[in-house]
Amino acid sequence: MRPGEIAVISGFMDDEISTKLLEMGFLPGSSVTYNFAAPFGDPICVSVSGFDLSLRIAEASTISILK
Amino acid sequence: MAETKRLRIALAGKPNSGKSSLFNQLTGLNQKIGNFPGVTVEKRTGSMNINGVQVDIMDLPGIYSLYARSLDEKVVAEIFGNHNSEYYPDEVVVIADATNLKNSFLLLTQLIDLGLPVILVLNMMDLAAKAGQSIDIKKLSFALDVPVVMINARSGEGLDDLKKILTERAKASSRKVYKIENEVMPAVTRIKDHFHLRSDYEAYQFLQQTGSLVHLTEEEKKHIYRIATDIGFYPGKYQGAETIRRYEFIQDLLNQVFIKVANPNPQWKKTSYAIDRVLTHKVWGYLIFLGILFLIFQSIFAWAQIPMDFIDENFARMSEWLDNSLPEGPLFDLISQGILPGIGGIVVFIPQIAVLFAFISILEETGYMARVVFLMDKIMRRFGLNGKSVVPLMSGWACAIPAIMATRTIENWKDRLITIFVTPFMSCSARLPVFTILVALTIPDKMIWGFMNLQGLVMMGLYLLGFLAAIISAFVMKFIIKVKERSYLIMELPTYRMPMWKNVGFTIVDKTKAFVFEAGKVILAISIVLWVLASFGPGDEMQRAEEVVRDESYNLRLTEQGFQDRVAAYKLEHSYAGKIGHVIEPAIRPLGYDWKIGIALITSFAAREVFVGTIATIYSLGSTEDELTIRERLENEVNPETGGPRFTMAVGFSLLIFYTFAMQCMSTIAIVKRETGGWKWPMIQLGYMTGLAYISAFIAYQLLS
Repeated sequence: MRPGEIAVISGFMDDEISTKLLEMGFLPGSSVTYNFAAPFGDPICVSVSGFDLSLRIAEASTISILK
Repeated sequence: MAETKRLRIALAGKPNSGKSSLFNQLTGLNQKIGNFPGVTVEKRTGSMNINGVQVDIMDLPGIYSLYARSLDEKVVAEIFGNHNSEYYPDEVVVIADATNLKNSFLLLTQLIDLGLPVILVLNMMDLAAKAGQSIDIKKLSFALDVPVVMINARSGEGLDDLKKILTERAKASSRKVYKIENEVMPAVTRIKDHFHLRSDYEAYQFLQQTGSLVHLTEEEKKHIYRIATDIGFYPGKYQGAETIRRYEFIQDLLNQVFIKVANPNPQWKKTSYAIDRVLTHKVWGYLIFLGILFLIFQSIFAWAQIPMDFIDENFARMSEWLDNSLPEGPLFDLISQGILPGIGGIVVFIPQIAVLFAFISILEETGYMARVVFLMDKIMRRFGLNGKSVVPLMSGWACAIPAIMATRTIENWKDRLITIFVTPFMSCSARLPVFTILVALTIPDKMIWGFMNLQGLVMMGLYLLGFLAAIISAFVMKFIIKVKERSYLIMELPTYRMPMWKNVGFTIVDKTKAFVFEAGKVILAISIVLWVLASFGPGDEMQRAEEVVRDESYNLRLTEQGFQDRVAAYKLEHSYAGKIGHVIEPAIRPLGYDWKIGIALITSFAAREVFVGTIATIYSLGSTEDELTIRERLENEVNPETGGPRFTMAVGFSLLIFYTFAMQCMSTIAIVKRETGGWKWPMIQLGYMTGLAYISAFIAYQLLS
């Protein structure tokens, strides 16, 4: 994904992190917006369920999305 | 009986929901900061009186869900899981951010399922209204079967309504949000009966979080594990499904109670994005952060110095006054020379600590600190640290004690441990007096390249050296410590807002108190021990001090003051501390030190700044701490072996480097022991830092001499 893009969450690839992500509002079927990245490209800022979160690329990559 | 009991209320909610503001508004100055027993999570409690009912309020750490990962979360899970705990609340106030109800409600539904009486507080209604959101409170209250109160934690609006409801003794909600999977139910029933629990969900939590519940005995845990294995259940199973189920419920609920969403992207959110574009910019972001660091530095070293000098002078004066007005005797000497300077040594650091935490608190209140974490994470991670290590490392410039306490926000144990381990390398304010005197003494006061003062450059270099030691040590530890736990950084970026000054004030008071009591008691105890070591000695040499000095200096025509100073020096040399100085001399000779410096190393083991005072005494300067006097005297000190000055540049550098690296702080050892829960880490840290200091000082001396 590139900054400004919006996608829909379809699932998770990592059980351990997915519980935490779910609790924070990353729900399958909800849309996620990639706002901007930190200067070195990691972590990134995304909006999901109406609020802004920061997460590392490694964590973001465990979320599968549909564009 | 129920009427006479005090009402116990827990305040729960996610981070950044205004929980602390509400707590401060409710309790005012009537609050106590402590620790939950056995763990290092901060416990904030306060009490107030509402219409004759005594209400105790406990501010729980901010969490999103009952499922515990970090230390903070485990404490909350434990509190809600143990009926017999003295912290088990009669009612829970859940505070929710009205601009973002969705993830504020997750915890709420879990607490409802636990069967606890819950009161829902909606905060930041003003912002929600600006976003065009309007919530049907009656419907919400009915749907959840819990009382709902609207407040503004900043202005205090709605607090009276909340207080009224608090004392009305809310009942547990009749709703059940999550239906536990059928196949788990037999296990849930067995646990519920065995432990006499109130609700199914409580028993379910016992199954899911057996490991986090500390009140369970090993026997009980085994029992639960057996029950779980019987049905093929393991902790973590269905957690994802449960969360999704809860969010479905929440979404349905919100669809019913939201009256309209006119403007999903309101002005304050746009402003926040605009600020982010500057503050997280790849050039401006770092420049602004550096600028803020510079401002903090400036205030710690220049502005805080004014009240510090004032405190220093007054304590010295008080000590002198007491010394002269109290009758002779060891007990009175202990007061005027041991205890009072000990207290002075603690109080003198208060301005720096207060100023630093004022800054940190403002940065946190505005939401900027989350951006610092965001900006620094990638860089810090390369060194085995975490974006959240930035705050503790910064605090380390003032004092390692509050800095190490600030590591509690780091969820990952490995990251947290490394941060705790390297923080004492950051040059704290106690090193400053030592650096100042040694730099002035041994580094020539000249300009290089026409505009840089060499002394200033060395000072800066020492701070940099400490920082580099921290970073490099962290990098090495990254490869040594193996932990299975994964490090993650899933963190909310709150919208920018003006700091609430009341909260800033409370933070300053909290942190200063923590320093005074945590560090203070250790510093005080050690300064008494050191006073004993320096005032008494084996045999009768100490008693004969005056006699001996009088004989020795018969031809010197000393003034009365000069004579007394010589007696003091003689006494120190023949005291227990002096003996130890002589004993360790062979070990420190390769670093260029003699037994006199050895005594100062020992006395400053409790706290570095003691070095200056000890040096003053041992060189017969009386009780002066005046830099110029000490400097003049030390410049004339001759090394009997070389015939040249004692304090050469080589010795100076060796000492400077020693003090940059060495632990030399009992309070830090004590706090690391508490935060890591044992002697293992503080001892490794002490060994490592002292070893590094010794070797580096040795190399520096051998190269320069």
